[in-house]
Amino acid sequence: MFVRLVYESFRRQKRRKVLAGAAITLGVTVATAMIAVATDIGDKINRELRTIGANLVVTPQEDSLDVEIGGVNLKPPSDGAFLNEADLPKIKDIFWRNNITGFAPMLPVPVAMERDGKRQDATLVGTYFAKRISLGNEDFTTGVRSTHTWWKVSGAWPDDNSRDVLVGERLAARLGEKAGDQLVLAGRALRVSGILSTGGAEDDQVVAPLALAQEILGRPGAVRRVYVSALTKPEDAFGRRDPKSMSGAIYERWYCTPYPQAIALQLGEAIPHSHAEQIRQVAQNEGAVLTRIEGLIFLITLAALFASALAVSAAMATAIFERRAEVGLLKALGAGKLAVAAVFFAEALLLALFGGLIGFGAGALLAHQIGQSIFNSQISIQPVLLPVILAIAVIVTFAGSAAAIRRAVGMDPVFALRGEL
Amino acid sequence: MSAPISHPAQDLAASRAHVPHTSMLLRMLVRAAVLRRGRAASALFAMVVAAAVATAMLNLYVDVQAKLRREFRNYGANVILVGRDGASLPADALAHVDSVLAGHGIAAPFALLVARASDGQPIVVAGVDFERVRQLDRWWSVSAWPSEVPTLRQAQGKLARAENAREMGHPGLIGVRAMAVVAPKNQALKDQSFDLSFQGSTLHVEPAGTVQTGAAEDSRIYISLVDFVAWSGVQPSTIEVAANGDPEEVAAIMNQLAQAVPAAEVRPVRQIVEGEARVLGKTRATLLAAAALIILTSALCVLSTLMGWVFDRRRDFAIMKALGASGRLLNGFFAAEAAALGATGALIGFLIGIGIAAWIGRVNFHASVAPRFSVLPVVLAGSMVVTLLSAILPISLLRRVQPAVILRGE
Repeated sequence: MFVRLVYESFRRQKRRKVLAGAAITLGVTVATAMIAVATDIGDKINRELRTIGANLVVTPQEDSLDVEIGGVNLKPPSDGAFLNEADLPKIKDIFWRNNITGFAPMLPVPVAMERDGKRQDATLVGTYFAKRISLGNEDFTTGVRSTHTWWKVSGAWPDDNSRDVLVGERLAARLGEKAGDQLVLAGRALRVSGILSTGGAEDDQVVAPLALAQEILGRPGAVRRVYVSALTKPEDAFGRRDPKSMSGAIYERWYCTPYPQAIALQLGEAIPHSHAEQIRQVAQNEGAVLTRIEGLIFLITLAALFASALAVSAAMATAIFERRAEVGLLKALGAGKLAVAAVFFAEALLLALFGGLIGFGAGALLAHQIGQSIFNSQISIQPVLLPVILAIAVIVTFAGSAAAIRRAVGMDPVFALRGEL
Repeated sequence: MSAPISHPAQDLAASRAHVPHTSMLLRMLVRAAVLRRGRAASALFAMVVAAAVATAMLNLYVDVQAKLRREFRNYGANVILVGRDGASLPADALAHVDSVLAGHGIAAPFALLVARASDGQPIVVAGVDFERVRQLDRWWSVSAWPSEVPTLRQAQGKLARAENAREMGHPGLIGVRAMAVVAPKNQALKDQSFDLSFQGSTLHVEPAGTVQTGAAEDSRIYISLVDFVAWSGVQPSTIEVAANGDPEEVAAIMNQLAQAVPAAEVRPVRQIVEGEARVLGKTRATLLAAAALIILTSALCVLSTLMGWVFDRRRDFAIMKALGASGRLLNGFFAAEAAALGATGALIGFLIGIGIAAWIGRVNFHASVAPRFSVLPVVLAGSMVVTLLSAILPISLLRRVQPAVILRGE
C-alpha cells in the first residue's frame, strides 16, 4: 500500500514532481560546480601566478658573489662555480616532481660584438627555450618560453639545437639589428632569429641556446644558475620552521608538504654541490595572493550552498503545501501522522536521489565548462564527492520538507478537505 | 475583506464615491499580507535572501579587483625609471616622482656601484632610502633595519662629528651571501665592521642587519643614500615605483612620470604587470560565473516561492473576478503586490548584503569593502523583474479559468 501510494503519487502528479525535482537538480548542480571550482581554484590560480616568474633558484654551493648591475655582469666569466647541465633532469626526479612546472638554466657570458668594424661589449645569456628533456619513459619540455612567459619575441624563437640568437630590443635598437640579420659575436657569425622584449635586463643582452653559450665560454655542460617554477603551498607558521630542529615524523610531514622551502631543500639534495632558495619576491607574495583568492572562493561557495539549500527547501515546501487536500483525504481514511509523514519523506528521498544524481552530472559538466572557458584547463571532479553530494541533497531536501510536512500532518482533515487552510 | 457595513447602503455608496480607488487597492494589498502572514513572510524571506546574496556578490565583484591589486602591490615596483644610457638621474628626480604619485604609490631611489672589499673582491654596493625600500620591497627578509639599530654615530651624537669621520661606522644592510665574503668572522653582527673602497676613498661599514631575498640583493651591501653619495659622489640611477590603480591609471602615471623626468626612461615591470592582469582577470571571471550561478539559483527560489503564494490565492482571484474585477485591475493588483514585495525585499536584502560583503572583506582581505550604492538600482530592478514575473505567470494561467471552477475547488 505504502509503495503504491508513493508510486501513484509520482505517476499521477508528474508536473509537481518535475518542478520539485528540477529545483533539487538545479541546487545540486550549482553546489557541485561551486565545490569543484573551489577545490581546484588554488591549483589554477597557482598556475596563473607562475606567469610572474620562477619562484625558486638553484645556484652552485661554492659560488662567489654576483657582481651585476642593471643586467651587466661584471664578474670574471670563469670565476666562481658552475652547475652541471647533466644534473638538470634530476629536478624532475624529486618528491614533488609533478609540482615542477618548468625550469630554465642560465649561463651569462661576456662577449665582444663586432659591427661595422666597431667593437662593443655585451652579455650573452645561454638558456633553454623549449628544450625537450627525456625522463625515462616520458618527455618534458621546458625553458624560458614556459618559465618566463612575459618574454615577447618579434620574429621567431631560436631552436635549442641551432646557432640562432635573440637580441634584446634596446641592444638591437643601438646596433640597428633586425630579425634575420647576421651578428658577429665572439668571432662567430650568428643569425638573429628574433628581437626580444622583456622589460628587464634582457633588453640589453643577447639570448642564445645554452650549448652556444657554453661553447663561447669554453666550458661544456656549465650552468651558472637554474630558475625553477614550482606550484607551492602558501607558507604558514609550520612551513617557516627550521627543518633542522624537527623530529622524525614532523620533519616527514614538513618534507612532504609543497612549501617553497621544502621544494628548495629537495632541489638542493637532488643536484650535487648546489644550493636552492626561494625567490622571496615571487614565493612570498604568491602565498598571500593565493590565500586571499582561495578564501574568497571558499566563502562564495558557502553562499552558493546556502542559496541552493534554500531553493530546494522552498520548492519542497510549496510542493507539499499544495497537497493539503490529499493529506486530508489520507487522514480522513484513517492514516496516522507517522504514515502520512512517511509517504512524504519517501517521496522526498526519491526526489533527492534522482535530482542529486542528475545534478551531480550537470554540475561536473558545468565545472568543466567553467574550467575550459576561464582557465583553459580541466577542472576534474572527484567521484568521492558523489556520495557526499547525494547525502547533502537528501539532508537539505528533508530539512526543507520537514516544516511543511509537520504542518501538513497536523492539519485537521475537515478543514483541509474544505480547502480552508 | 472586512469593510465596515454599519452604514446604510446608500451612505456607504456616497462615502465610497469620494474615496479614490487607490485606497481600496492599498487596503487589499495590506490585508492580503496581514491575513496570510506565514506565506507572505516566507515569500518576503526568499526575496530578502536573494537580494542579500545578489548585493553581496555584486559588491564583491566590483570591489575585489581593488582589494587584490593591493595584494599585488606587495610584489614591489611595477614601474621603473632609469637614466638614459646608464646615466645618473637628476638630483630632483625623486621629488618630481613623489609629486606625480601624490600618495598613489611609493617610490624608492637606488644608486649602485662596484666597490672592493678589503681583500680586493668586487662587490656591489647600493645606496638606498631604507624607509622607502622597507615599504616598497616587503618581501625582503631583514634581520634588523639600520634605522632601527642605534649606531655608534647616533649613540655618540654630535660629539662624534668632531672626531675623524673616517673611523665612524656607517650602518649597512648586508646581503646574506655578501656577509660571508666581507665579514666571515663568527662574531656578533655589530662587531663585524669592515671597509669598502671605491676609487681611492674608503667607507667603514657597520653591519646593522642582514637581508635575504633569494635574488641579486643577497650579494649586495646596502647603505643609506646620504652616506653613499657623500662617499662616492654617485647619484641614483634608478627609481623603482609601485604605482597603485588599474592598468589605465598606471599608464597615466607612467606618462606623467616621463614628462616630469625627461632624463629618465620609464618602463613597466612587465612580469609583474602581466601576471597581475592575468590573475585578476581569471579571479574576476570565476567570481562572475559564481555570482551568476548564485543569483540565478536565488532568483529561481524566489520565483517558485512566489508562484506558490499566488497560486494559493486563486480563491481571492476568483472572488475578485466573480465580483466583476476587470482583467487589467486583477493584473494591476497582483503586479502591485509583487512590486511592493520585491521592493521591500530588495531594500532589506541590500542592507544585509552590504553587511555580508563588509564581513567577507574584513575576514578575507583584512580591509573594509566600501558599500557600493550603485549596486542598489540593479538589485532593485532585478528583484522587481523576478517578482513581477512570478506574479504574472500564474495569473495569466488562472485568467483562462472560470471563477466558478476555482471556487468549487477544482
